[in-house]
Amino acid sequence: MNQYPFWKNAMVIIVILLGTLFALPNFYGEDPALIISKESGLVFNEAELKDVEDFLLSRESNFTSVTNKNGDLLIRFANVEGQIDASDRLRSYLGRFSTVALTFAPRMPGWIQQLDLNQMSLGLDLRGGVYFKFEVDLDAAIQQRLDQYITDINKSLIDQRIRRSIRKEGNSLRVELVNPEDYNQARRSVREIDNLLEVTNASSGSQTVMVVSMTDEQLKQRRDFAIQQNILTMRNRVNELGVAEPIVQRQGLDRIVVQLPGVQDPTQAERILGATATLEFRLVCENENAFEAEEKGRAPIGCDLFKDRSGNPVLLKKKAIVTGNQLIDASQSFSQGRPAVSIRLDSKGSKSMLETTKKNLNKPMAVLFVQQRQETIEEDGDFFNRSVLDKEVINIATIRGVFSSQFEITGLTVFEAKDLAILLRAGALAAPIFKIEEKTVGPSLGQDNIDKGFAAIVAGLIAIIIFMILYYKGFGLIANIGLVVNLTLIVALLSLLQASLTLPGIAGIVLTVGMAVDANVLIFERIREELRNGNSPQASIAAGYQKAFGTIADANITTLIAALVLFTFGTGPIKGFAVTLSLGILTSLFTAIIASRAVVNFFYGNKTIEKLRI
Amino acid sequence: MFKTTIKFLSIRRITTILSIVLMILSGLSLVTRGLNPGIDFTGGFQIEVSFQEAPEIQQVRLDLSTSGFDDAIVQNSGSATDLMIRTAPREGVDSRKVGNQIIEAVSQSSNNVELLSSEYVSAQVGEELTEQGGLAMIFALIMIMIYIVFRFQWKFSIGAVLALIHDVLITLGIFSFFQITFDLAVLAAILAVVGYSLNDTIVIFDRIRENFRSMRRTETLEVLNASITQTISRTIITSSTTLMVLLALYFMGGQSLSGFSVALIIGVLIGTYSSIFVASTSVFYLDISTTDLLPSKREEVDDGMP
Repeated sequence: MNQYPFWKNAMVIIVILLGTLFALPNFYGEDPALIISKESGLVFNEAELKDVEDFLLSRESNFTSVTNKNGDLLIRFANVEGQIDASDRLRSYLGRFSTVALTFAPRMPGWIQQLDLNQMSLGLDLRGGVYFKFEVDLDAAIQQRLDQYITDINKSLIDQRIRRSIRKEGNSLRVELVNPEDYNQARRSVREIDNLLEVTNASSGSQTVMVVSMTDEQLKQRRDFAIQQNILTMRNRVNELGVAEPIVQRQGLDRIVVQLPGVQDPTQAERILGATATLEFRLVCENENAFEAEEKGRAPIGCDLFKDRSGNPVLLKKKAIVTGNQLIDASQSFSQGRPAVSIRLDSKGSKSMLETTKKNLNKPMAVLFVQQRQETIEEDGDFFNRSVLDKEVINIATIRGVFSSQFEITGLTVFEAKDLAILLRAGALAAPIFKIEEKTVGPSLGQDNIDKGFAAIVAGLIAIIIFMILYYKGFGLIANIGLVVNLTLIVALLSLLQASLTLPGIAGIVLTVGMAVDANVLIFERIREELRNGNSPQASIAAGYQKAFGTIADANITTLIAALVLFTFGTGPIKGFAVTLSLGILTSLFTAIIASRAVVNFFYGNKTIEKLRI
Repeated sequence: MFKTTIKFLSIRRITTILSIVLMILSGLSLVTRGLNPGIDFTGGFQIEVSFQEAPEIQQVRLDLSTSGFDDAIVQNSGSATDLMIRTAPREGVDSRKVGNQIIEAVSQSSNNVELLSSEYVSAQVGEELTEQGGLAMIFALIMIMIYIVFRFQWKFSIGAVLALIHDVLITLGIFSFFQITFDLAVLAAILAVVGYSLNDTIVIFDRIRENFRSMRRTETLEVLNASITQTISRTIITSSTTLMVLLALYFMGGQSLSGFSVALIIGVLIGTYSSIFVASTSVFYLDISTTDLLPSKREEVDDGMP
């Protein structure tokens, strides 16, 4: 009686062995480390490795090793201070063509590394870093597209000499035609621009009106495009920051989550992620009085009113010579001791610049710094975010010669020049973004959280182990083995799934430890009951496991339902808790019902027992 | 363990009145005092800083209000040198600058300040979370009710859900009365309480179902009392081991988990009480009887494990 078939014993042993193997990497800990990679994907050679090593030695950095890892350099440190100190030095030493990223390198022995096993991935609250959640202003993406359509339609209708006026109305365009007979031709040209656009006739009385609108499909495509494009751009920008294992992912309909482990300065990160800075070049409206226009609050026809850095009004031509999307590169330079930016234009921009400078020699040209700013506004007690486009004149200079694709401008601060350079290298955002959530956890707090969570698990575990042995004696020991196996399996599953472990996740593990013995308690109490009813020890064991099973299943399934609901509705920390709680329930079912039974069978199965000590 | 049946339900009038009074008081506290929601729900800024030497909280408050943060909440977090500063979302301010402004403000008159963590949640996200949290709670309750109706019977389902509402309401009531910060982790804890309390209730219900089948000619009250008695040692042991780890979590897990541990400690205590007195009393008042539990068409199969 009470014997497992061979396959069941084998299964228990295999699961436990595999679990131990997968959990193993976590016992070795991690070193603070730096990863240095070359920007263009080139690899480091031995000489360069030696050079970096010598540099660190000469700076008395407390690194422990420098190794070549798939062409990148991996430098391990004894502590975080040394790592951060060295990262600053290396950044300035290696210059702009290498990225230096903070990371943690697992301390596993070689054979585990060869098996390609991973440690649990730690959430930001445990390893320190910055978390952002952005909302993408999809409406603005649609409006931008509509603006583009207006430009295209206007151009096409001008070419055909159709007189019209176009304005936006929500998500559609209202095109009013002066001559009713132009309607069909105008309609045709709109369809030529984009034959998916919906065109409806909204004429009434003497007015001939065409309403052009984007289809739902087009709107959806446009929104998806904006998000995808933004994610791509933000990934590029994160690379500029030099972060190991960054996460940039879409969440829900219009959100983007960015996680930057190890980053300590959220302000800098956010500036780079959200950079919208670009430039625009325009001619100055020379014969108009800007102060007069400011007083009237209205710019003369063909001109727009702007301000320069000192707050003085400036009137500029409505038509831009070159806009932001015609810039392809910007790099910092110095011009007569002041920070300058050299600009490169694409072919369209170059052509326009060439023509304009040729025609307007010795006339003034203005450079506008264009930036999106987010602003929180209150309306009926609710707070909203909106983006505001700031255009500011940073520089007006007289055109002294003809130039086209490459030139230098001044008037920017160092920060602005950097932002602009990053924006041009990493791409522009397709739609404005708003930060809706930000979390920064310092590295000391992260380590503190790990230590405290670990201490709580150990303390709880020890308390339960002592309690179970005192109360159930031999069987308590079996439950305790189950408990330890259970913990090992949770760690193994977390390492295998690479679900990130957060502080609430640790709480979930602690809670599971407390509840995991429940199944064993149910079984053992049943066995005691059966013994009291005068059954033989062997029969009591069998009946105890059998009768308790239904109860254990019911009780755990309902808890699992609660955990799954948490997982579905929860975000971030709650999800972490739900994951470990669910995993814990599953593993505790295995250890309490199947594994503990195997041990019980091993000790008591097929033997004559006088008295069961339970 | 207990040879004779303990007459748990003989005090059902007292416990019922006690539960109802506690629930009404909790409800009143929730209506009048409300919860003290963390920035997860309200939106705003929260910054944790560590000073080299313990700061004067009064002085820090003064520094903050002279810098325009007169609504800031300042409290100690964990140790005397660590402070948690919380402020509401504000109009017309660039959200990326507030963190630095706060740090500047508190370091004016004080010693070295190290930033431990900072958090910003927009008001809109906070609102969504509140909605999601409520939805999650309702959804969990409905799913659990369905499962119990399916596995047991509707009277049990109502008993279990009444016990859950009782636990959640009183736990929330205590959080409201003592104005303990209610953040996301506490919400997770409350949902875990739902899971835990249910666990307890199910174990007792399971025994009630079994006993109704084996003790056919016994009076309902006797069956209920016997079931609770037979499971009481398990109830106590499991609650104790769970409380042990929760106490470990509360005392050693650090500030970030203290709200979470408190909610679970309260929840486990109330949950244990409610599965004995609220859940079982409810099924008694719902007039549960043997006929409700006779296996319908097919004989309940003993899940032959293992």
